[in-house]
Amino acid sequence: MTDRSTDKLFGWFSVNLVVVIAALFPVAWILSLSLKSSDTVTDGRLIPAKWSFENYTGIFTGSGGDVFTKALINSLGIATIATIIAVTLAAMAAYAIARLNFPGKRVILTAALAIAMFPPISVVGPLYDLWRTLGLFDTWQGLIIPYMTFTLPLAIYVLSAFFREIPWELEQAAQVDGATPFQAFRKIIVPLAAPGVFTTAILVFIFAWNDFVFAISLTSTEKAQTVPAAISSFTGASQFSAPTGSIAAAAIVVTIPIVIMVLIFQRRIVAGLTAGAVKG
Amino acid sequence: MSTPAPTPAAAEAEDPGRLEAPKGKRKLSERARAERKLGWLLCAPAAIVMLLVTAYPIGRAIWLSLQKSDLRFPDQSEFIGLSNYVTVLTSSLWWNDVKNTLILTVVSVAIELVLGMLLALAMHRAIFGRGLIRTSSLIPYGIVTVVAAFAWRLAFADAEGGFMPDVLRSVGLIGEGTDPLAQTSTISTFVVAILAEVWKTTPFMALLLLAGLALVSDELHEAAKVDGASTWQRFWRITIPLMKPAILVALLFRTLDAFRIFDTVFILSNNGSNRSVETVSVLGYNTLLSRLNLGLGSAVSVLIFLSVVIIAAVFVKLLGANLDQQTGKS
Repeated sequence: MTDRSTDKLFGWFSVNLVVVIAALFPVAWILSLSLKSSDTVTDGRLIPAKWSFENYTGIFTGSGGDVFTKALINSLGIATIATIIAVTLAAMAAYAIARLNFPGKRVILTAALAIAMFPPISVVGPLYDLWRTLGLFDTWQGLIIPYMTFTLPLAIYVLSAFFREIPWELEQAAQVDGATPFQAFRKIIVPLAAPGVFTTAILVFIFAWNDFVFAISLTSTEKAQTVPAAISSFTGASQFSAPTGSIAAAAIVVTIPIVIMVLIFQRRIVAGLTAGAVKG
Repeated sequence: MSTPAPTPAAAEAEDPGRLEAPKGKRKLSERARAERKLGWLLCAPAAIVMLLVTAYPIGRAIWLSLQKSDLRFPDQSEFIGLSNYVTVLTSSLWWNDVKNTLILTVVSVAIELVLGMLLALAMHRAIFGRGLIRTSSLIPYGIVTVVAAFAWRLAFADAEGGFMPDVLRSVGLIGEGTDPLAQTSTISTFVVAILAEVWKTTPFMALLLLAGLALVSDELHEAAKVDGASTWQRFWRITIPLMKPAILVALLFRTLDAFRIFDTVFILSNNGSNRSVETVSVLGYNTLLSRLNLGLGSAVSVLIFLSVVIIAAVFVKLLGANLDQQTGKS
C-alpha cells in the first residue's frame, strides 16, 4: 500500500516537473539571451558565457533612442484607458442584463457573442482608411477604440455571470434598516461587485497589452506604437548587428508585469475565464 | 459557475419577471416601462460602440471589395463588381494560404485538445502541486503572443543564435547547414509555428475544459467504480460524454482563434517575408497594409469573415444538437 502511494506521489511529482519545465523553458531561453553580451548572443549556449546587462541599458538609453520607453508608456496608457472604458460600459450593460427585464437582452448577448468570434483582420483595412480620414491614425484613441470594442463581449459575459451571483436583496434590506439608497449601493453592492469588476479588468488589460494586429496596422511612429509593434520592428544598434539581444531584453521587460499579475491574481483569472466560458 | 448550459440562452433563463407577465397584457405598468427604458439605456453605449466598430467597417469592407481601390493610385477607383473576388479565388496564393491556415488550425487545435485535457485532469486530480501546475500554466497564457513567438523564433533560427538547430543536427533531424526557419524549410517552419501556438494556448484550452470537468459529479464515478468500471472506461463513458458541451465550446473558441492566427506566423516568418507558412490573415494584412490595395485586401478580409461565420455556424449547430439531445434525454 505504501509502495503504491509513493509511486503515486512520484507520478504527480513528475507531472508537476513536466508542466513547470514546459511552461517556463521558452521564457528561460529569452532571459538567457537577454543577459548575453553582444559578441556571444549568437553562440547558441543555454547559459550565457559572458553575463551582461548591455541589452537592457541599450533598449532604454541606447542609440535607438527612447523608442522602447515611449512604446512602454503607450502600451500602459492605451491598455489602461481601454480597460477603464470597456469595464464601465460592460458593467452598465451587464447590470441591465443580470437584473432588469427588458426585450432585446438576447440580441445584445448574441451580438456580443458574434463579436467575440469576429476576425480583427476583417476590419483593419477599413479602420486604417477611416482613421486616416478622421485623423485618428497613429493616435492613442485610434487603438483604444478597437481594444475596448473587441473586449466588450468578454467583459459583458464575465460581468453578467458575476452580477447574477450577487444577492441584490441585501440592498433593499439595508434600505429597510435605514440606509439611504446611495449608502446601500456603496456599502453593500460595491464591495460585492468589486471582485467581478476587478477580474474583468485584468482580462481586458491582458487582451489590450497583448494585441498586435491593430497595433501594427493603425500606428506608424513612436507617438502611439505599443510594445509588441515596437519589438517587431526593432533594428540592431548598427545595420551590421542583429537586434536579437534587444528583442530578448524588451521581451523580458514586457513579460515581467504580466507574470507578476498572473502570480498575484491567478485565482481571479481562472474564475473569470471559466465564468465567461461556461456561461458564455 | 453553476450553470451547465453554455449558450447565450442560459444568460436570460433566470429572468424572474418573465413568467409572471401575462402574455395578453396590453399596457405595461409604469414600473415595467421604466425598467425597459433603463435596460435599453444601460445597454446602449456598449451596443452602439460594438456596432460602430464592427458592423460599419465590415460593411465598408464589403463595399471596398467591390471597388478597384488602390491607395497608391487613388484617382483610379471605380466599381468593378465581383472581379476582386474572382482574382482572389482564382489565385493559387489564396488557396495555398487557406491550406496553410487549415493545417495550422487542425493540427494545433487537435494537439491542444489532448494536452489541454491532460492538463485539466492534472489540475483537477493532482494530490499535490495543484497550485504550482495552475500558476506555471497561466504564464504562457499571460505572455504577449509576439514575445512568445520571438522566444520560439530565437530558439530555432540558426542566423539568430538559436540553440535548437545544433540540437536537431546532433540527433540527425536536420542536415548540416540547414536553418529550420529558412524559406526553404517549410515543414520545420510549420512544426515551430504549431509548437509556438500549442505552447501559448494549451493553458486556455485546459481552463475551459477544467470548468467542464468540475460539472462531472464524483458520485457517478464512485457508482461506476463499484460496478467494476476501469479508470479508462470511466473516462470515456462518463467524463467525456458529460463534458461534451464544454469540449465543443472550447473547440469553437480555439478553432476560430487558430483560424485567425496572425501574430505567431508574422513573427516566425520574419515579419511576413518567409511566405512558406503564410496564413490568410497575414495575406490580408500584406495586401491591405503593405501593398495598400484596399479593394483586393478587402475581398480577402470578407472571405476570412465568411469562413469564420461558416466555422461558427457548424459548431453552434453541433452544440445545439448536443444540448437538445441532452435535455431530451433527461
